Amino acid sequence: MIAEIGHYALILALAVAIVQTVLPLIGTRLRDPQLMNVAAPAAQAEFLLIAIAFIALMTAYVTSDFSVENVWRNSHSAKPLLYKISGVWGNHEGSMVLWVLILSLFGAAVATFGSNLPRELKANVLAVQGSIGAAFLLFIITTSNPFIRLDPAPFDGQGLNPVLQDPALAFHPPFLYTGYVGFSMAFSFAVAALIDGRIDAAWARWVRPWTLAAWMCLTLGIAMGSWWAYYELGWGGFWFWDPVENASFMPWLSGTALLHSALVMEKRDALKVWTVLLAIITFSLSLMGTFLVRSGVLTSVHAFAVDPARGIFILAIMGVFIGGALTLFAWRAPLLSQGGLFAPISREGALVLNNLLLTTACAAVFVGTLYPLALDALTGDKISVGAPFFNLTFAPLIVPLLIAVPFGPLLAWKRGDLLAAAQRLMAAACVALAAIIFVLAFRQKGPWLAPLGIGLGVWLIAGALTDLAYRVKLFEAGSSETWRRLRNLQRSAFGTMLAHAGVGLAVIGIVSTTAWRSEAILAMKPGETADIAGYTVAFKGVEERQGPNYSERAGLFEVSRDGAPVTELTPSKRAFSVERSATTEAGIHVGWRGDLYAVLGDPLKSGAYSVRLYFNPLVRLIWLGALVMFFGGAVSLSDRRLRVGAPKRAQAKVAAVSAAE
Amino acid sequence: MTRKQRRGVLIGTCLVVLGVAVGLVLYAMRDSIVFFYSPSEVARMGIAPGQRFRLGGLVEAGSVVRGEGTTIRFTVTDKASTLPVVFTGVLPDLFREGQGVVAEGVLGPDGTFQADNVLAKHDEKYMPPEVAAKLKQEGVWRGDAQAAGTPDAQGKVN
Repeated sequence: MIAEIGHYALILALAVAIVQTVLPLIGTRLRDPQLMNVAAPAAQAEFLLIAIAFIALMTAYVTSDFSVENVWRNSHSAKPLLYKISGVWGNHEGSMVLWVLILSLFGAAVATFGSNLPRELKANVLAVQGSIGAAFLLFIITTSNPFIRLDPAPFDGQGLNPVLQDPALAFHPPFLYTGYVGFSMAFSFAVAALIDGRIDAAWARWVRPWTLAAWMCLTLGIAMGSWWAYYELGWGGFWFWDPVENASFMPWLSGTALLHSALVMEKRDALKVWTVLLAIITFSLSLMGTFLVRSGVLTSVHAFAVDPARGIFILAIMGVFIGGALTLFAWRAPLLSQGGLFAPISREGALVLNNLLLTTACAAVFVGTLYPLALDALTGDKISVGAPFFNLTFAPLIVPLLIAVPFGPLLAWKRGDLLAAAQRLMAAACVALAAIIFVLAFRQKGPWLAPLGIGLGVWLIAGALTDLAYRVKLFEAGSSETWRRLRNLQRSAFGTMLAHAGVGLAVIGIVSTTAWRSEAILAMKPGETADIAGYTVAFKGVEERQGPNYSERAGLFEVSRDGAPVTELTPSKRAFSVERSATTEAGIHVGWRGDLYAVLGDPLKSGAYSVRLYFNPLVRLIWLGALVMFFGGAVSLSDRRLRVGAPKRAQAKVAAVSAAE
Repeated sequence: MTRKQRRGVLIGTCLVVLGVAVGLVLYAMRDSIVFFYSPSEVARMGIAPGQRFRLGGLVEAGSVVRGEGTTIRFTVTDKASTLPVVFTGVLPDLFREGQGVVAEGVLGPDGTFQADNVLAKHDEKYMPPEVAAKLKQEGVWRGDAQAAGTPDAQGKVN
């Protein structure tokens, strides 16, 4: 019964989404306020209906209702509750329901909180949002229905892939999707502006909080995925340049660019056309990410043959929305007025450079990700584009950007003084230089570029602090004046500082773990010891243990340093009987210098086990950096001006404009 | 600066950055791309020793030999041709006899594939289509193990 309610709610949601698309669009054509006003309640109803469907599916999972095929395929009664819940989105159908749920949540949020939006803009935005929802609901109902029943109902389910039974991965998809789908807001606003043929600084002020929220979630989602890959896949790596990872990284890059260009548009009324294009591109990349991962193009070249309907359906959705938006852009963009002159050396100029380098780097990732697919489709040649390609293309494009980052906030709008900014950054440059010399003096091995990379990270952090120090007139004014300024400082300035410093932290983590990682692959017998990065690791033996839905063989390792015991590590290999699969659980000791990472391998001849030991220096900084970026976004989002002041002022402006017409 | 000059600076910068990017991509394409071959293709194409490539196929049943230390020998087959592989390290969880595998490395002078990396974490992803087709034809395709349920049931979920 519950599954049928969910199914019914999905179909109703589709109908509502179609209403939400069609009526407001007609309304804006006819300037009929009643038709336009349909949009908001329709968006709320769409969200409510999809929420009902989602809860129905979740209920089926939690109660282990194996008469529902989707539950049977992806769950098992012996699974812990957390993974019964996360199993809802640990499969194709359920994750698509989550996708539209988040999509409609954003639509409902605009409907509910966007009361100060101009009526026509709001109607158009919700109509576009509704059309995306309708397309994906149609996709779910026709090709990926999660509510199909099985008759007779099987006794127990097939279980969820064990590598997905993990707390970080339970929350990774919701965050990632909130990021992906959140960019649909920027897209809908962009298309609405194109339909309207009118765009102003207020538009950017409305778009920015949504984009920022999406960006924050995407940052966290990507970081969670990377963290999961780090400790769960047993390779000790944090990023593999895997196409699935790239699919989420590309919208992040262009979304970052969008955040910055929307800033120029909001403050200076410039870069309008570019910002609109970037909003379209960012969501297009999100759609492409969904397509790449969901259609199965990446997981198996066969997915089209196995279920051609799904891949082609998503491809069609992509074609309609991306093609439609770009056509509309080509047609209407010339109508959007240009404005805001600025000198090349200025805040705007710096942000243009930021956009240029970010989008180019994004394009390089795009080429590296799609080239193998294109080559396969055209010639049948199978190639793999891995880390070497991205190190050669992405890194040289992103490093100049990172060097330039501290200059940006110190340049004035319109016409900046590069020399003055450079002087202010003198202290930061000295700190970075000192860091480089320090690392050069103490490093024992590793590539010569690595100390410069550390210097770059320190430069970013010191540069961010310089900006803050300059704003509060640290050392210049008295301490009471500094304190007063600090308290009155806009939160968005703190946000900028945190986000940029977070990038610096991540850079330090990436550079040090890439350059100075130690690795040992050994055959160890119980009683033997191994030395790695100053630690002595003693292998004590293995023991067989039983978990809730798995059995595991755990290795006991005693770690000591200079004779003093540090910790015990118990890396294990888990065998999941239901899923007939295995996972590696790494044993990780987190120290202030970095992570000691142990993996237990297979038994070898003569009672030995293969053992992998890694020491990953400062690897935690990568995720800490992402977390700091997230909080930077959150602080900026909490800025009162974004929530309250700006839209009001903008509304007054719009009112003035319409009065003048 | 006139408006025209400003535009010139902007366009010039764009062209420089794009030019550098295109140059980097083309350069990287030449050097850092790894081709993917099945044992039959390796036999047919006569790949020179020392050239990096990815070898894909099935781990032949009964072929895995663990030597002293962490060196492992096994044979990769596509049911038409086979190629011996030697690898030192820890094999991934999903490495099993009869299952799909991808090894990256170079051919040694003795004709053995010297792998420095063995992947089986997204096993079905690395199944070369011709191998899969052949296996299906011969009825040895383990649909339940290799494509269990939905494609996303394995590997990363996004």
